[in-house]
Amino acid sequence: MNISNSEYGEMAKKHSPPSSMYKTIPMAFVIGGGICTLGEALLNLYEYLGLGKINGGALTSMTLIFLSALFTGLKLYDRLAQCGGAGTLVPITGFANAMVSPALDFKSEGFILGLGAKMFSIAGPVIVYGISASVLYGIIYYIVIFFMGGS
Amino acid sequence: MALCEGKTFKYSNASVLSYASVVGKAESDGPYGDEFDEVINDNKGSAQTWEQAEALFQQKALGHAMDKAGLIPAKMDLMLAGDLLNQCTGSSYGLKDYYIPFLGIYGACSSFAEGLLLAGALVNAGYVENAAAVTSSHYSSAERQFRFPLNYGGVRTPTAQWTATAAGAAIVSSAPKAPYIRAATVGKIQDMGIKDMNNMGAAMAGAAYDTISRHFRHMGTHPESYDLIITGDLGQVGSEMLYELFRRDGVSVESRHKDCGLMMFDRDKQDVHAGGSGCGCSASIMCGHFLKSVESGELGRILFCATGALMSPTMVQQGGTIPGIAHAVEITSK
Amino acid sequence: MDTLMEYVWAFLVGGALCAVGQVLIDLTKLTPARILTSYVVAGVILGAVGLYEPLVDFAGGGATVPLTGFGYLLSKGVKEAVLEKGLIGAFTGGFTSAAAGITAAIFFGLIAALIFKSGSKINE
Repeated sequence: MNISNSEYGEMAKKHSPPSSMYKTIPMAFVIGGGICTLGEALLNLYEYLGLGKINGGALTSMTLIFLSALFTGLKLYDRLAQCGGAGTLVPITGFANAMVSPALDFKSEGFILGLGAKMFSIAGPVIVYGISASVLYGIIYYIVIFFMGGS
Repeated sequence: MALCEGKTFKYSNASVLSYASVVGKAESDGPYGDEFDEVINDNKGSAQTWEQAEALFQQKALGHAMDKAGLIPAKMDLMLAGDLLNQCTGSSYGLKDYYIPFLGIYGACSSFAEGLLLAGALVNAGYVENAAAVTSSHYSSAERQFRFPLNYGGVRTPTAQWTATAAGAAIVSSAPKAPYIRAATVGKIQDMGIKDMNNMGAAMAGAAYDTISRHFRHMGTHPESYDLIITGDLGQVGSEMLYELFRRDGVSVESRHKDCGLMMFDRDKQDVHAGGSGCGCSASIMCGHFLKSVESGELGRILFCATGALMSPTMVQQGGTIPGIAHAVEITSK
Repeated sequence: MDTLMEYVWAFLVGGALCAVGQVLIDLTKLTPARILTSYVVAGVILGAVGLYEPLVDFAGGGATVPLTGFGYLLSKGVKEAVLEKGLIGAFTGGFTSAAAGITAAIFFGLIAALIFKSGSKINE
């Protein structure tokens, strides 16, 4: 070839259209904001029903996760994500979608190594690094209050 | 360092006897939707899983091609088939019940041209009376293997292409009739250093440029010698890059060029980003549309150059590049 | 009026957190899985240094529904458990506070996978 890879890479960049950020960002904002507002409404509802802040918060997450699982199963969540982008990815519903969709998809490879194992293929890292970060924080926090005597 | 030029095969005794295509729903909604032999509207037919569905597409495509030629499996000498799945699942499971001698081939989305040029060579050499070239791809099985689960809300970038749910089959024999296979150039593996899994067109454009320009040199031809130069699935990005690569040599291919990836879907109405892709994309457009036009004489001489991205998800995750390949087959009406 | 403003802030803060994610996708080509992971870890860190709690008080669902809120919940659980049980709390606190979310995702995921069939309706 009469062209170097770096020159070719520049050419590829030139011909690759960028994302239409004037569309994707407002859509992510509106749909993500909408899901959060729904969360806020559920939180208020559960508090109004006397569940308290902690249980109300847990039930809100559970409700959103349930809705996400349902929408994923009905093949609606991936369509919403087509326009929502990060707006459907970043909320807890996106986490649920990341667990439900591989479970659904890999059911054809069996319940154990298919559905059961693949459920964590995308969301697994979130748990691994989230929990590990929290353990590190806990250890540091313990050392701080143990040695400094503060709290 | 001098680069290897390779050889262009010249055929005197190879014709496409019959051809057929089977596509899914989205493909039948595309601009050439009416030209395919069969549409499987739920993309699955009688199959239970997406992989079985892809196998079914291949089985049906070859079945239709044999019917059109009035052939039965016992009269067939060879099948050359490939697809995108690991172990060429679509081919080996789809074609196993025909009990025809089988050679599996893999050239990613360039496989249909690979099958056609090998079938032509074996027929021309007289080893076989006839040989079928069959390839397929399926959006759902490809997504599962290469990208994300089907119902996952992952965002596709504008350069991403949509794997066509389609299969095509062509039976090559020595019976003298249009379309004739006249010449073929085997592609070299071209690694242009592209690493983006969502920009296959860019990974393949260099290979297409290399194969097509070698074919021109060996045949003493230029773009105007052909009614059409048809690439497999370069898509929007890859097609524009092909034009620019040729422009650097002072050659213009735009006016003669068509890309099956850009023809498969209606990009204004269907959300396929940079266009269609997959072994079934060029196979079904060739078998559904272009071979018909050559047979009728509407197109006199075409150069079909199917392009493949030899992408391994494992290598890409390890930080590797995506090599491309392209094979060219020259087909004429006389 | 107070309730209305609560919803407005939930919408704006939640929307902004998502918009930041979209900017990351469009400009850096970070994959979705990387974005999810970094959001959770960012939430743990912001919770640990005490920056996320005021945002939760202010924006409610706008701060708890995005995955940074999940990270914040992990850090909050760990902090409370360490205060209560000592070092062992660093290992029990995270999963305890996130139990409802993770369990719901596993259980509803299993049910959904049993009931529904896979397949995309995009382009159909």
